[in-house]
Amino acid sequence: MESTNFVWDLMGRNLGGVLIVISLPLFFVLLYALIAILAELKISAWIQERLGPMRTGPWGILQPVAEVIKLLQKEDITPDQSSKLLYNLAPFIIFTGAYAAFAVIPFSEAFVPADINLGLFYVFAIGSISAMGIVMGGWASNNKYSLMGAMRSVSQLISYEIPAAMAILSVVVLASSMNMQEISRAQGGGFWNWYIFGGPGTWTKIWVVPFTFGLTIIYFIASLAETNRVPFDIPEGESELVAGFHTEYSGMKFAMFFFAEYANMFVVAAVLTTIFLGGWNSPFGDFMQGPWWGSFWFILKSFVVVLFQIWIRWTLPRFRVDQLMYVGWKVLLPLSFVCFMAISLFVMLK
Amino acid sequence: MIQYFKNVWSGFSSSLVGMHITFKHLFVKKVTIQYPDQRFDLPQNARNRLKLTMSRCNGCNSCVVACPVNCILVETVRVSPDDPHQEVHDNGKPRIMWVTKYEIDFAKCCYCGLCMQACPTDAINHTTEYEYSEYDRNKLYYKFQTLTPEQVTEKERLLAEFKAKDKDKDCKTTAAKADPKPTKPDQAEK
Repeated sequence: MESTNFVWDLMGRNLGGVLIVISLPLFFVLLYALIAILAELKISAWIQERLGPMRTGPWGILQPVAEVIKLLQKEDITPDQSSKLLYNLAPFIIFTGAYAAFAVIPFSEAFVPADINLGLFYVFAIGSISAMGIVMGGWASNNKYSLMGAMRSVSQLISYEIPAAMAILSVVVLASSMNMQEISRAQGGGFWNWYIFGGPGTWTKIWVVPFTFGLTIIYFIASLAETNRVPFDIPEGESELVAGFHTEYSGMKFAMFFFAEYANMFVVAAVLTTIFLGGWNSPFGDFMQGPWWGSFWFILKSFVVVLFQIWIRWTLPRFRVDQLMYVGWKVLLPLSFVCFMAISLFVMLK
Repeated sequence: MIQYFKNVWSGFSSSLVGMHITFKHLFVKKVTIQYPDQRFDLPQNARNRLKLTMSRCNGCNSCVVACPVNCILVETVRVSPDDPHQEVHDNGKPRIMWVTKYEIDFAKCCYCGLCMQACPTDAINHTTEYEYSEYDRNKLYYKFQTLTPEQVTEKERLLAEFKAKDKDKDCKTTAAKADPKPTKPDQAEK
Protein backbone atom coordinates (compact mmCIF):
# COMPACT_ATOMS: atom_id res chain seq x y z
CA MET A 1 0.00 0.00 0.00
CA GLU A 2 2.96 2.28 0.44
CA SER A 3 3.16 2.86 -3.30
CA THR A 4 -0.42 4.12 -3.68
CA ASN A 5 -0.42 6.25 -0.59
CA PHE A 6 0.56 9.37 -2.49
CA VAL A 7 -2.63 9.13 -4.53
CA TRP A 8 -4.57 8.91 -1.32
CA ASP A 9 -2.72 11.92 0.02
CA LEU A 10 -3.31 13.78 -3.21
CA MET A 11 -7.04 13.30 -2.79
CA GLY A 12 -6.90 14.72 0.69
CA ARG A 13 -7.80 11.29 2.14
CA ASN A 14 -11.41 11.81 1.14
CA LEU A 15 -12.37 9.71 -1.87
CA GLY A 16 -16.10 10.46 -1.78
CA GLY A 17 -15.62 14.20 -1.69
CA VAL A 18 -13.16 14.07 -4.54
CA LEU A 19 -15.52 12.01 -6.65
CA ILE A 20 -18.36 14.44 -6.04
CA VAL A 21 -16.18 17.41 -6.87
CA ILE A 22 -15.00 15.71 -10.06
CA SER A 23 -18.41 14.58 -11.22
CA LEU A 24 -20.37 17.77 -10.45
CA PRO A 25 -18.98 19.65 -13.47
CA LEU A 26 -19.55 16.55 -15.60
CA PHE A 27 -23.24 16.51 -14.78
CA PHE A 28 -23.33 20.21 -15.35
CA VAL A 29 -21.67 19.84 -18.75
CA LEU A 30 -24.08 17.10 -19.78
CA LEU A 31 -27.06 19.21 -18.84
CA TYR A 32 -25.55 22.33 -20.33
CA ALA A 33 -24.78 20.56 -23.63
CA LEU A 34 -28.41 19.54 -23.99
CA ILE A 35 -29.58 23.08 -23.31
CA ALA A 36 -26.96 24.58 -25.62
CA ILE A 37 -27.92 22.23 -28.46
CA LEU A 38 -31.54 23.20 -28.03
CA ALA A 39 -30.59 26.87 -27.88
CA GLU A 40 -28.57 26.47 -31.05
CA LEU A 41 -31.48 24.81 -32.87
CA LYS A 42 -34.04 27.30 -31.64
CA ILE A 43 -31.99 30.45 -32.15
CA SER A 44 -30.92 29.41 -35.62
CA ALA A 45 -34.56 28.76 -36.43
CA TRP A 46 -35.78 32.04 -35.00
CA ILE A 47 -33.14 34.03 -36.82
CA GLN A 48 -34.30 32.39 -40.04
CA GLU A 49 -37.95 33.02 -39.09
CA ARG A 50 -38.65 29.35 -38.62
CA LEU A 51 -40.01 27.68 -35.52
CA GLY A 52 -37.33 25.02 -35.09
CA PRO A 53 -38.12 21.64 -33.56
CA MET A 54 -41.71 21.63 -32.35
CA ARG A 55 -42.74 17.99 -32.29
CA THR A 56 -40.53 16.38 -29.65
CA GLY A 57 -42.08 17.30 -26.36
CA PRO A 58 -43.70 20.68 -25.70
CA TRP A 59 -42.13 23.25 -28.07
CA GLY A 60 -39.58 20.63 -29.02
CA ILE A 61 -37.58 20.84 -25.80
CA LEU A 62 -36.79 17.13 -25.94
CA GLN A 63 -35.12 17.43 -29.35
CA PRO A 64 -31.53 17.25 -28.01
CA VAL A 65 -32.44 14.11 -26.05
CA ALA A 66 -33.81 12.58 -29.23
CA GLU A 67 -30.64 13.51 -31.09
CA VAL A 68 -28.40 11.96 -28.45
CA ILE A 69 -30.43 8.74 -28.55
CA LYS A 70 -30.20 8.75 -32.33
CA LEU A 71 -26.42 9.19 -32.20
CA LEU A 72 -26.06 6.36 -29.68
CA GLN A 73 -27.98 4.01 -31.93
CA LYS A 74 -25.90 4.69 -35.02
CA GLU A 75 -23.33 2.28 -36.32
CA ASP A 76 -19.83 2.99 -35.09
CA ILE A 77 -17.58 2.75 -38.14
CA THR A 78 -13.80 2.51 -38.04
CA PRO A 79 -12.36 2.99 -41.53
CA ASP A 80 -10.39 0.00 -42.78
CA GLN A 81 -7.20 1.87 -43.64
CA SER A 82 -7.18 4.14 -40.60
CA SER A 83 -4.78 4.00 -37.72
CA LYS A 84 -7.07 2.22 -35.30
CA LEU A 85 -5.54 3.28 -32.02
CA LEU A 86 -5.26 6.98 -32.82
CA TYR A 87 -8.60 7.02 -34.57
CA ASN A 88 -10.41 5.59 -31.58
CA LEU A 89 -8.48 7.67 -29.09
CA ALA A 90 -9.01 11.07 -30.72
CA PRO A 91 -12.58 11.84 -29.59
CA PHE A 92 -11.74 11.00 -26.01
CA ILE A 93 -8.59 13.13 -26.07
CA ILE A 94 -10.63 16.05 -27.32
CA PHE A 95 -13.23 15.65 -24.65
CA THR A 96 -10.57 15.14 -21.97
CA GLY A 97 -9.00 18.41 -23.05
CA ALA A 98 -12.32 20.20 -22.87
CA TYR A 99 -13.30 18.66 -19.56
CA ALA A 100 -9.92 19.06 -17.86
CA ALA A 101 -10.32 22.82 -18.12
CA PHE A 102 -13.31 22.60 -15.79
CA ALA A 103 -10.90 21.75 -12.97
CA VAL A 104 -10.02 25.39 -12.40
CA ILE A 105 -13.22 27.13 -13.41
CA PRO A 106 -14.59 28.97 -10.39
CA PHE A 107 -18.32 28.34 -10.42
CA SER A 108 -18.80 30.21 -7.19
CA GLU A 109 -16.70 31.57 -4.38
CA ALA A 110 -17.26 28.27 -2.56
CA PHE A 111 -16.87 25.86 -5.44
CA VAL A 112 -13.83 25.49 -7.63
CA PRO A 113 -12.64 21.91 -8.16
CA ALA A 114 -8.93 22.84 -7.99
CA ASP A 115 -7.99 26.22 -6.58
CA ILE A 116 -4.50 26.45 -8.11
CA ASN A 117 -2.40 29.55 -8.48
CA LEU A 118 -1.71 29.00 -12.17
CA GLY A 119 -5.38 28.60 -13.08
CA LEU A 120 -5.40 30.80 -16.17
CA PHE A 121 -2.16 29.33 -17.43
CA TYR A 122 -3.55 25.84 -16.90
CA VAL A 123 -6.75 26.60 -18.85
CA PHE A 124 -4.70 27.98 -21.66
CA ALA A 125 -2.34 25.01 -21.77
CA ILE A 126 -5.13 22.44 -21.52
CA GLY A 127 -7.05 24.22 -24.28
CA SER A 128 -4.39 23.18 -26.77
CA ILE A 129 -4.96 19.49 -26.04
CA SER A 130 -8.17 19.55 -28.02
CA ALA A 131 -6.15 20.69 -31.04
CA MET A 132 -4.02 17.61 -30.54
CA GLY A 133 -7.15 15.48 -30.55
CA ILE A 134 -8.28 17.15 -33.76
CA VAL A 135 -4.95 16.43 -35.44
CA MET A 136 -5.05 12.84 -34.22
CA GLY A 137 -8.56 12.32 -35.51
CA GLY A 138 -7.90 14.04 -38.82
CA TRP A 139 -4.65 12.27 -39.48
CA ALA A 140 -5.69 8.81 -38.31
CA SER A 141 -8.82 8.87 -40.45
CA ASN A 142 -6.64 8.45 -43.55
CA ASN A 143 -8.83 10.85 -45.46
CA LYS A 144 -7.46 13.87 -47.29
CA TYR A 145 -10.32 16.11 -46.18
CA SER A 146 -9.90 15.10 -42.56
CA LEU A 147 -6.18 15.79 -42.74
CA MET A 148 -6.73 19.17 -44.35
CA GLY A 149 -9.27 20.06 -41.73
CA ALA A 150 -6.89 19.06 -38.97
CA MET A 151 -4.05 21.10 -40.48
CA ARG A 152 -6.27 24.12 -40.82
CA SER A 153 -7.39 23.69 -37.25
CA VAL A 154 -3.83 23.78 -35.96
CA SER A 155 -2.82 26.74 -38.09
CA GLN A 156 -5.88 28.56 -36.84
CA LEU A 157 -5.17 27.67 -33.24
CA ILE A 158 -1.61 28.96 -33.47
CA SER A 159 -2.76 32.22 -35.05
CA TYR A 160 -5.42 32.89 -32.47
CA GLU A 161 -3.80 31.65 -29.29
CA ILE A 162 -1.48 34.65 -29.24
CA PRO A 163 -4.15 37.39 -29.20
CA ALA A 164 -6.08 35.35 -26.65
CA ALA A 165 -2.94 34.99 -24.55
CA MET A 166 -2.34 38.74 -24.78
CA ALA A 167 -5.86 39.41 -23.55
CA ILE A 168 -5.40 37.02 -20.65
CA LEU A 169 -1.97 38.44 -19.86
CA SER A 170 -3.38 41.94 -19.64
CA VAL A 171 -5.83 40.80 -17.01
CA VAL A 172 -3.01 39.04 -15.20
CA VAL A 173 -1.11 42.32 -15.24
CA LEU A 174 -4.13 44.18 -13.87
CA ALA A 175 -4.98 41.60 -11.22
CA SER A 176 -1.36 40.54 -10.56
CA SER A 177 -2.56 36.98 -10.11
CA MET A 178 -3.22 33.93 -12.25
CA ASN A 179 -5.52 32.36 -9.70
CA MET A 180 -9.01 32.48 -11.15
CA GLN A 181 -10.60 32.75 -7.72
CA GLU A 182 -8.49 35.79 -6.89
CA ILE A 183 -9.22 37.40 -10.22
CA SER A 184 -12.92 36.92 -9.57
CA ARG A 185 -12.60 38.25 -6.04
CA ALA A 186 -10.79 41.35 -7.29
CA GLN A 187 -13.80 42.29 -9.43
CA GLY A 188 -16.34 42.34 -6.61
CA GLY A 189 -18.54 45.27 -5.71
CA GLY A 190 -20.50 46.02 -8.87
CA PHE A 191 -20.23 45.73 -12.61
CA TRP A 192 -18.09 48.86 -12.91
CA ASN A 193 -15.34 46.89 -11.19
CA TRP A 194 -15.25 44.19 -13.85
CA TYR A 195 -12.13 44.05 -15.96
CA ILE A 196 -14.13 44.75 -19.10
CA PHE A 197 -14.54 48.23 -17.53
CA GLY A 198 -10.95 48.50 -16.39
CA GLY A 199 -11.23 46.67 -13.09
CA PRO A 200 -11.42 48.15 -9.63
CA GLY A 201 -9.74 51.50 -9.08
CA THR A 202 -10.21 55.23 -8.97
CA TRP A 203 -11.48 57.43 -11.81
CA THR A 204 -8.00 57.25 -13.44
CA LYS A 205 -8.98 53.86 -14.81
CA ILE A 206 -10.95 55.72 -17.48
CA TRP A 207 -7.72 55.71 -19.51
CA VAL A 208 -7.61 51.93 -19.55
CA VAL A 209 -11.28 51.20 -20.24
CA PRO A 210 -11.05 51.38 -24.07
CA PHE A 211 -8.18 48.92 -24.02
CA THR A 212 -9.81 46.40 -21.70
CA PHE A 213 -13.03 46.68 -23.65
CA GLY A 214 -11.13 46.07 -26.89
CA LEU A 215 -9.33 43.12 -25.34
CA THR A 216 -12.65 41.60 -24.33
CA ILE A 217 -13.76 41.70 -27.94
CA ILE A 218 -10.38 40.39 -29.10
CA TYR A 219 -10.55 37.52 -26.64
CA PHE A 220 -14.10 36.74 -27.70
CA ILE A 221 -13.11 36.62 -31.37
CA ALA A 222 -10.06 34.51 -30.60
CA SER A 223 -12.12 32.13 -28.49
CA LEU A 224 -14.52 31.66 -31.40
CA ALA A 225 -11.54 30.63 -33.48
CA GLU A 226 -10.28 28.30 -30.76
CA THR A 227 -13.58 26.46 -30.57
CA ASN A 228 -13.77 26.17 -34.37
CA ARG A 229 -17.08 27.91 -34.58
CA VAL A 230 -18.48 30.05 -37.37
CA PRO A 231 -17.08 32.36 -38.73
CA PHE A 232 -13.87 30.50 -37.95
CA ASP A 233 -15.07 27.00 -38.74
CA ILE A 234 -12.76 26.39 -41.67
CA PRO A 235 -11.47 23.13 -40.10
CA GLU A 236 -14.91 21.65 -40.70
CA GLY A 237 -16.12 23.85 -43.53
CA GLU A 238 -18.71 21.56 -45.00
CA SER A 239 -18.75 23.20 -48.41
CA GLU A 240 -15.02 22.59 -48.87
CA LEU A 241 -14.01 19.68 -46.65
CA VAL A 242 -17.16 17.53 -46.31
CA ALA A 243 -17.03 17.79 -42.51
CA GLY A 244 -13.34 18.41 -41.88
CA PHE A 245 -11.55 16.42 -39.25
CA HIS A 246 -14.61 14.41 -38.18
CA THR A 247 -15.63 13.32 -41.69
CA GLU A 248 -15.05 9.64 -40.94
CA TYR A 249 -16.55 9.60 -37.47
CA SER A 250 -20.00 8.31 -36.73
CA GLY A 251 -22.16 7.25 -33.84
CA MET A 252 -20.79 7.55 -30.35
CA LYS A 253 -17.43 8.95 -31.39
CA PHE A 254 -19.02 11.70 -33.40
CA ALA A 255 -21.17 12.43 -30.38
CA MET A 256 -17.99 12.85 -28.37
CA PHE A 257 -16.69 15.43 -30.87
CA PHE A 258 -19.99 17.20 -30.77
CA PHE A 259 -20.10 17.13 -27.00
CA ALA A 260 -16.50 18.35 -26.75
CA GLU A 261 -17.30 21.27 -29.03
CA TYR A 262 -20.08 22.40 -26.74
CA ALA A 263 -17.97 21.80 -23.64
CA ASN A 264 -15.21 23.89 -25.22
CA MET A 265 -17.68 26.64 -25.95
CA PHE A 266 -18.57 26.73 -22.30
CA VAL A 267 -14.92 26.71 -21.22
CA VAL A 268 -14.01 29.76 -23.29
CA ALA A 269 -17.22 31.47 -22.19
CA ALA A 270 -16.36 30.69 -18.57
CA VAL A 271 -12.83 32.05 -18.98
CA LEU A 272 -14.21 35.20 -20.58
CA THR A 273 -16.69 35.52 -17.74
CA THR A 274 -14.02 35.02 -15.11
CA ILE A 275 -11.44 37.41 -16.46
CA PHE A 276 -13.60 40.15 -17.95
CA LEU A 277 -17.17 39.84 -16.70
CA GLY A 278 -16.58 39.56 -12.99
CA GLY A 279 -16.82 35.80 -12.57
CA TRP A 280 -19.30 34.85 -9.88
CA ASN A 281 -19.78 38.42 -8.68
CA SER A 282 -23.19 39.98 -8.74
CA PRO A 283 -23.36 42.99 -11.07
CA PHE A 284 -24.99 45.06 -8.29
CA GLY A 285 -22.50 45.03 -5.47
CA ASP A 286 -23.75 43.13 -2.44
CA PHE A 287 -27.19 42.59 -3.94
CA MET A 288 -27.73 38.84 -4.54
CA GLN A 289 -24.14 38.09 -3.60
CA GLY A 290 -23.16 34.80 -2.00
CA PRO A 291 -21.96 31.27 -2.79
CA TRP A 292 -25.25 30.08 -4.29
CA TRP A 293 -26.03 33.32 -6.06
CA GLY A 294 -22.43 33.24 -7.23
CA SER A 295 -22.93 30.04 -9.18
CA PHE A 296 -26.16 31.48 -10.55
CA TRP A 297 -24.44 34.63 -11.81
CA PHE A 298 -21.49 32.70 -13.18
CA ILE A 299 -23.63 30.27 -15.16
CA LEU A 300 -25.90 33.08 -16.33
CA LYS A 301 -23.02 35.19 -17.60
CA SER A 302 -21.36 32.22 -19.27
CA PHE A 303 -24.61 31.36 -20.92
CA VAL A 304 -25.00 34.85 -22.25
CA VAL A 305 -21.55 34.54 -23.80
CA VAL A 306 -22.53 31.16 -25.29
CA LEU A 307 -25.68 32.77 -26.69
CA PHE A 308 -23.46 35.43 -28.26
CA GLN A 309 -21.41 32.68 -29.88
CA ILE A 310 -24.56 31.09 -31.24
CA TRP A 311 -25.90 34.45 -32.40
CA ILE A 312 -22.68 35.18 -34.31
CA ARG A 313 -22.70 31.72 -35.82
CA TRP A 314 -26.05 32.35 -37.46
CA THR A 315 -25.11 35.84 -38.59
CA LEU A 316 -21.71 35.74 -40.24
CA PRO A 317 -20.50 33.62 -43.15
CA ARG A 318 -17.30 31.61 -42.95
CA PHE A 319 -13.89 33.26 -43.42
CA ARG A 320 -11.62 32.21 -46.25
CA VAL A 321 -8.29 30.78 -45.07
CA ASP A 322 -6.29 33.85 -46.13
CA GLN A 323 -8.84 36.18 -44.53
CA LEU A 324 -8.59 34.15 -41.36
CA MET A 325 -4.83 34.56 -41.32
CA TYR A 326 -5.17 38.26 -42.09
CA VAL A 327 -7.55 38.81 -39.20
CA GLY A 328 -5.42 36.74 -36.85
CA TRP A 329 -1.96 38.07 -37.61
CA LYS A 330 -2.53 41.54 -38.97
CA VAL A 331 -5.50 42.77 -36.99
CA LEU A 332 -5.97 40.96 -33.71
CA LEU A 333 -2.32 40.44 -32.92
CA PRO A 334 -1.11 44.08 -33.29
CA LEU A 335 -4.22 45.44 -31.63
CA SER A 336 -3.87 43.08 -28.69
CA PHE A 337 -0.20 44.07 -28.38
CA VAL A 338 -1.14 47.74 -28.32
CA CYS A 339 -3.79 47.11 -25.68
CA PHE A 340 -1.38 45.04 -23.64
CA MET A 341 1.29 47.74 -23.77
CA ALA A 342 -1.18 50.43 -22.79
CA ILE A 343 -2.47 48.43 -19.85
CA SER A 344 1.04 47.58 -18.69
CA LEU A 345 1.99 51.25 -18.90
CA PHE A 346 -1.08 52.18 -16.91
CA VAL A 347 -0.32 49.62 -14.21
CA MET A 348 3.29 50.78 -14.09
CA LEU A 349 2.39 54.47 -13.70
CA LYS A 350 -0.47 53.92 -11.28
CA MET B 1 -2.23 53.11 -42.28
CA ILE B 2 -5.49 55.04 -42.27
CA GLN B 3 -6.83 52.59 -44.81
CA TYR B 4 -5.91 49.74 -42.47
CA PHE B 5 -7.91 51.19 -39.59
CA LYS B 6 -10.77 51.94 -41.93
CA ASN B 7 -10.76 48.31 -43.04
CA VAL B 8 -10.68 47.03 -39.49
CA TRP B 9 -13.47 49.33 -38.47
CA SER B 10 -15.63 48.52 -41.48
CA GLY B 11 -15.13 44.80 -40.87
CA PHE B 12 -16.09 45.16 -37.22
CA SER B 13 -18.99 47.54 -37.73
CA SER B 14 -20.45 45.58 -40.64
CA SER B 15 -20.55 42.45 -38.51
CA LEU B 16 -22.36 44.50 -35.88
CA VAL B 17 -24.85 45.58 -38.53
CA GLY B 18 -25.36 41.93 -39.45
CA MET B 19 -25.88 40.99 -35.82
CA HIS B 20 -28.38 43.79 -35.44
CA ILE B 21 -30.33 42.43 -38.40
CA THR B 22 -30.35 38.86 -37.11
CA PHE B 23 -31.34 40.13 -33.66
CA LYS B 24 -34.36 41.86 -35.13
CA HIS B 25 -35.27 38.68 -36.96
CA LEU B 26 -35.28 36.76 -33.67
CA PHE B 27 -38.55 38.41 -32.72
CA VAL B 28 -40.26 38.57 -36.08
CA LYS B 29 -43.41 36.50 -36.52
CA LYS B 30 -42.37 33.11 -37.84
CA VAL B 31 -43.38 31.99 -41.30
CA THR B 32 -43.60 28.29 -40.49
CA ILE B 33 -47.06 26.74 -40.68
CA GLN B 34 -47.42 23.68 -38.45
CA TYR B 35 -48.99 21.72 -41.26
CA PRO B 36 -51.34 19.10 -39.84
CA ASP B 37 -52.49 21.54 -37.15
CA GLN B 38 -52.52 24.70 -39.24
CA ARG B 39 -53.18 24.98 -42.95
CA PHE B 40 -53.07 27.44 -45.76
CA ASP B 41 -56.42 28.80 -46.91
CA LEU B 42 -56.88 27.32 -50.36
CA PRO B 43 -57.51 29.78 -53.18
CA GLN B 44 -61.07 30.13 -54.41
CA ASN B 45 -60.40 28.35 -57.68
CA ALA B 46 -58.33 25.52 -56.18
CA ARG B 47 -58.77 22.30 -58.14
CA ASN B 48 -58.40 19.24 -56.00
CA ARG B 49 -60.16 15.90 -55.76
CA LEU B 50 -63.33 15.65 -57.84
CA LYS B 51 -66.73 14.92 -56.38
CA LEU B 52 -69.80 13.69 -58.21
CA THR B 53 -73.32 14.57 -57.11
CA MET B 54 -75.29 11.60 -58.36
CA SER B 55 -78.68 13.26 -58.00
CA ARG B 56 -77.62 15.77 -60.67
CA CYS B 57 -75.79 13.46 -63.04
CA ASN B 58 -77.85 12.50 -66.07
CA GLY B 59 -75.24 10.21 -67.60
CA CYS B 60 -74.65 12.37 -70.65
CA ASN B 61 -71.00 11.33 -71.05
CA SER B 62 -69.82 14.94 -71.64
CA CYS B 63 -67.18 14.60 -68.95
CA VAL B 64 -65.81 11.42 -70.51
CA VAL B 65 -65.52 13.16 -73.85
CA ALA B 66 -63.92 16.23 -72.32
CA CYS B 67 -61.36 14.37 -70.21
CA PRO B 68 -57.92 14.70 -71.84
CA VAL B 69 -56.44 11.74 -69.97
CA ASN B 70 -59.39 9.35 -70.13
CA CYS B 71 -59.62 8.87 -66.42
CA ILE B 72 -63.43 8.87 -66.21
CA LEU B 73 -65.49 5.79 -66.96
CA VAL B 74 -69.27 6.10 -67.29
CA GLU B 75 -71.78 3.39 -68.08
CA THR B 76 -75.49 4.00 -68.26
CA VAL B 77 -78.71 2.06 -68.57
CA ARG B 78 -81.94 3.67 -69.68
CA VAL B 79 -84.69 3.85 -67.10
CA SER B 80 -87.44 1.43 -67.94
CA PRO B 81 -90.88 3.06 -67.76
CA ASP B 82 -92.16 -0.09 -66.05
CA ASP B 83 -89.66 0.29 -63.23
CA PRO B 84 -91.47 1.04 -59.97
CA HIS B 85 -88.30 2.86 -58.82
CA GLN B 86 -88.25 6.24 -60.52
CA GLU B 87 -86.02 9.14 -59.62
CA VAL B 88 -86.22 12.88 -60.06
CA HIS B 89 -83.15 15.03 -60.60
CA ASP B 90 -82.31 17.98 -58.41
CA ASN B 91 -83.69 20.30 -61.07
CA GLY B 92 -87.07 18.56 -60.98
CA LYS B 93 -86.79 16.61 -64.21
CA PRO B 94 -87.27 12.84 -64.13
CA ARG B 95 -84.23 10.64 -64.49
CA ILE B 96 -83.85 9.12 -67.92
CA MET B 97 -80.57 7.24 -67.44
CA TRP B 98 -79.42 5.13 -64.56
CA VAL B 99 -75.70 5.75 -64.09
CA THR B 100 -74.58 2.23 -63.34
CA LYS B 101 -70.90 3.08 -63.32
CA TYR B 102 -69.17 6.35 -62.63
CA GLU B 103 -65.51 5.75 -61.87
CA ILE B 104 -62.57 8.19 -61.76
CA ASP B 105 -58.97 7.06 -61.60
CA PHE B 106 -57.26 9.83 -59.62
CA ALA B 107 -53.88 8.32 -60.41
CA LYS B 108 -54.50 9.47 -63.97
CA CYS B 109 -56.48 12.65 -63.32
CA CYS B 110 -54.60 15.85 -64.18
CA TYR B 111 -56.99 18.19 -62.33
CA CYS B 112 -57.54 20.32 -65.42
CA GLY B 113 -61.20 20.95 -64.61
CA LEU B 114 -62.45 20.38 -68.17
CA CYS B 115 -65.02 17.83 -66.96
CA MET B 116 -66.45 20.42 -64.62
CA GLN B 117 -66.81 22.89 -67.50
CA ALA B 118 -68.34 20.29 -69.77
CA CYS B 119 -70.93 19.09 -67.29
CA PRO B 120 -74.38 20.46 -68.26
CA THR B 121 -75.95 19.79 -64.87
CA ASP B 122 -73.09 20.87 -62.60
CA ALA B 123 -72.84 17.37 -61.20
CA ILE B 124 -69.05 17.04 -61.10
CA ASN B 125 -67.14 19.48 -58.95
CA HIS B 126 -63.70 20.07 -57.47
CA THR B 127 -63.49 19.84 -53.71
CA THR B 128 -60.84 21.27 -51.38
CA GLU B 129 -59.78 17.80 -50.33
CA TYR B 130 -56.09 17.19 -51.16
CA GLU B 131 -54.90 14.72 -48.51
CA TYR B 132 -55.79 11.40 -50.06
CA SER B 133 -52.45 9.88 -51.05
CA GLU B 134 -52.35 6.10 -50.83
CA TYR B 135 -49.75 3.39 -50.70
CA ASP B 136 -51.65 1.33 -53.25
CA ARG B 137 -52.40 2.83 -56.64
CA ASN B 138 -55.65 0.89 -56.89
CA LYS B 139 -57.00 2.76 -53.89
CA LEU B 140 -56.99 5.95 -55.98
CA TYR B 141 -59.69 4.39 -58.16
CA TYR B 142 -62.85 6.03 -56.89
CA LYS B 143 -66.33 4.68 -57.62
CA PHE B 144 -69.17 7.16 -57.42
CA GLN B 145 -72.11 5.01 -58.54
CA THR B 146 -74.87 4.75 -55.98
CA LEU B 147 -76.59 1.66 -57.35
CA THR B 148 -75.52 -1.69 -56.00
CA PRO B 149 -74.55 -4.44 -58.51
CA GLU B 150 -77.82 -6.26 -57.72
CA GLN B 151 -79.80 -3.13 -58.50
CA VAL B 152 -77.85 -2.73 -61.74
CA THR B 153 -78.70 -6.23 -62.94
CA GLU B 154 -82.30 -5.61 -61.92
CA LYS B 155 -82.41 -2.39 -63.95
CA GLU B 156 -80.83 -4.13 -66.93
CA ARG B 157 -83.37 -6.92 -66.72
CA LEU B 158 -86.27 -4.48 -66.50
CA LEU B 159 -85.00 -2.56 -69.48
CA ALA B 160 -84.52 -5.72 -71.50
CA GLU B 161 -88.04 -6.87 -70.62
CA PHE B 162 -89.41 -3.54 -71.60
CA LYS B 163 -87.53 -3.58 -74.87
CA ALA B 164 -88.70 -7.08 -75.61
CA LYS B 165 -92.29 -6.09 -74.89
CA ASP B 166 -91.87 -3.02 -76.97
CA LYS B 167 -90.42 -5.05 -79.81
CA ASP B 168 -93.31 -7.53 -79.53
CA LYS B 169 -95.76 -4.71 -79.78
CA ASP B 170 -93.89 -3.31 -82.74
CA CYS B 171 -93.87 -6.70 -84.44
CA LYS B 172 -97.54 -7.22 -83.81
CA THR B 173 -98.60 -3.81 -84.96
CA THR B 174 -96.36 -3.42 -87.99
CA ALA B 175 -95.85 -6.94 -89.33
CA ALA B 176 -98.57 -8.86 -87.41
CA LYS B 177 -97.54 -12.19 -88.78
CA ALA B 178 -94.71 -13.89 -86.92
CA ASP B 179 -95.15 -15.63 -83.60
CA PRO B 180 -93.38 -13.99 -80.70
CA LYS B 181 -90.35 -15.84 -79.69
CA PRO B 182 -91.08 -17.28 -76.29
CA THR B 183 -87.43 -17.73 -75.31
CA LYS B 184 -86.31 -14.12 -75.73
CA PRO B 185 -87.31 -12.70 -72.35
CA ASP B 186 -85.80 -15.70 -70.63
CA GLN B 187 -82.50 -15.08 -72.36
CA ALA B 188 -82.54 -11.45 -71.45
CA GLU B 189 -83.23 -12.34 -67.89
CA LYS B 190 -79.81 -13.91 -67.68
